[in-house]
Amino acid sequence: MIARWAVASLFFACLIGLWQLAVNAHIWSPLLLPSPSNVFIYLWSSLEDGTMLEATLVTVRRLLIGYGMGILIGLPLGLLTASFRWSQDTIGVLALGLQTLPSVCWVPLALLWFGQTEAAMLFVVVMGTLWSLIIATDTGVRTIPPIYSRAARSMGSSGFHTWTHVILPAALPFLLSGMKQGWAFAWRSLMAAEIYVTILTGFGLGHLLHYGRELNAMDQVIGVMLVIVMIGLAVDKTLFAPVERFLHRRWGTGRQ
Amino acid sequence: MRMESPAPATEAVPTKLVLEHVSKSFQTSSLHVQALDDVTLRIAEGEFVCLVGPSGCGKSTLLNLIAGLDRPDGGTVQADGQPISGPGPHRLMMFQEAALFPWLTVLGNVLFGLKLVNGLSSAERREKAEYFLELVGLKRFMHSNVHELSGGMRQRVALARSLAPNPGVLLMDEPFGALDALTREQLYGDIQRIWSQHRKTIVFVTHNVREAVCLGDRVILFSPNPGRIREEFSIPLPRPRDINSVDLARYSTEITRVLKGYVQSEVAG
Repeated sequence: MIARWAVASLFFACLIGLWQLAVNAHIWSPLLLPSPSNVFIYLWSSLEDGTMLEATLVTVRRLLIGYGMGILIGLPLGLLTASFRWSQDTIGVLALGLQTLPSVCWVPLALLWFGQTEAAMLFVVVMGTLWSLIIATDTGVRTIPPIYSRAARSMGSSGFHTWTHVILPAALPFLLSGMKQGWAFAWRSLMAAEIYVTILTGFGLGHLLHYGRELNAMDQVIGVMLVIVMIGLAVDKTLFAPVERFLHRRWGTGRQ
Repeated sequence: MRMESPAPATEAVPTKLVLEHVSKSFQTSSLHVQALDDVTLRIAEGEFVCLVGPSGCGKSTLLNLIAGLDRPDGGTVQADGQPISGPGPHRLMMFQEAALFPWLTVLGNVLFGLKLVNGLSSAERREKAEYFLELVGLKRFMHSNVHELSGGMRQRVALARSLAPNPGVLLMDEPFGALDALTREQLYGDIQRIWSQHRKTIVFVTHNVREAVCLGDRVILFSPNPGRIREEFSIPLPRPRDINSVDLARYSTEITRVLKGYVQSEVAG
């Protein structure tokens, strides 16, 4: 465990070292490539004056609400498309098509429909999450070996009980990878929305990034990017990784 | 734990399962299969009946009908004098693959069926589950995950899961087909011991004649296309039976000869 930490720390220390070397070589203007310490100073000052924390809270709140809505709508729809031919031919096809649409494409439509409001942000996040979650749920349910349902039915399970006690748990590995993918898509779509749309109800990380570019403040641009990466990592390690570990242990899949 | 007393072997053993003129066919995309054609069969309470025949002779279909997982096209299937209307914990099915649920522990799997039985407190369910895991010799694995068990152990857990809700009828669809010979022999011993203790009515499907003779009171031969009962054999050998015994071999040789006879006439004709 300590060895793994040491290897990881050494790796990232080397990356920062290389960065510092590139700065010292004076190949690029310091305006384009700020030194690690400059970025650190920006991050520190933005933490002190509260802008970073506020932007992070605004962004994470939008993300969680949009992502939650996407799951609440997408999961039942995915179960529906896996269960009935008619819903597979309608909602299933719609989801398959819209899933291929890059989520940034929803931004112009959201702007015209909802204006520069919070609703526009949420709309883009939900559209980014929903379709891939429907597809993942659908695939998960279809991949379940039919013997599980037969065994359960033979023991007297039927209807709702079969759904909650057999189909959903059996599809769990697929649901989780669908939710991870949905999370990644939600992030991408929200950042696209925040960079393109200025709204007055909240100033998110995407806006901070955008203004960094406007002001030619490269330390801010790189600093905000780092924060975005850190949040993504933190969510993966705290939300998804424990569930994944549980699944691997139970199912006996993956490398230990 | 309350035990059922073994049924006395008198003539007046009640009939548990009655199948009369049962037929069932399937339509796949390319062909029409008459899986069962006019099958009539009576099975007494506490009887161990083995259904033998080449693949595609409808023996698994018959099990599905008794389990209530399927409906016959014609004829009637009755259990305890009542027509079978659907699946339930009175007639439980065991499959060739153990069909254990990988998201539950060994104990969770055995509890699954018990939770579908009404009127049990959670302490009673737990007690029953542990009793049956003990019976198949796997109590100390009750907190294990399914993937940590060998194939034979998985079938034992599946057996415990099927026995725990106390079904009157146990339906076994080639349950030992995927196991190695040594593990299978152990399980023949286990199943005979458990059957003599608990006197379930067992309908056991296999294509292994020796296995059928080792386990069954009666061996029923099926022929395919259309699936029909060809012949019946009583096996009056004393129990517990050893699959390697000479007496047993004599019966299985005889039955195999008959089986080959009609399989060959089928091919020739």
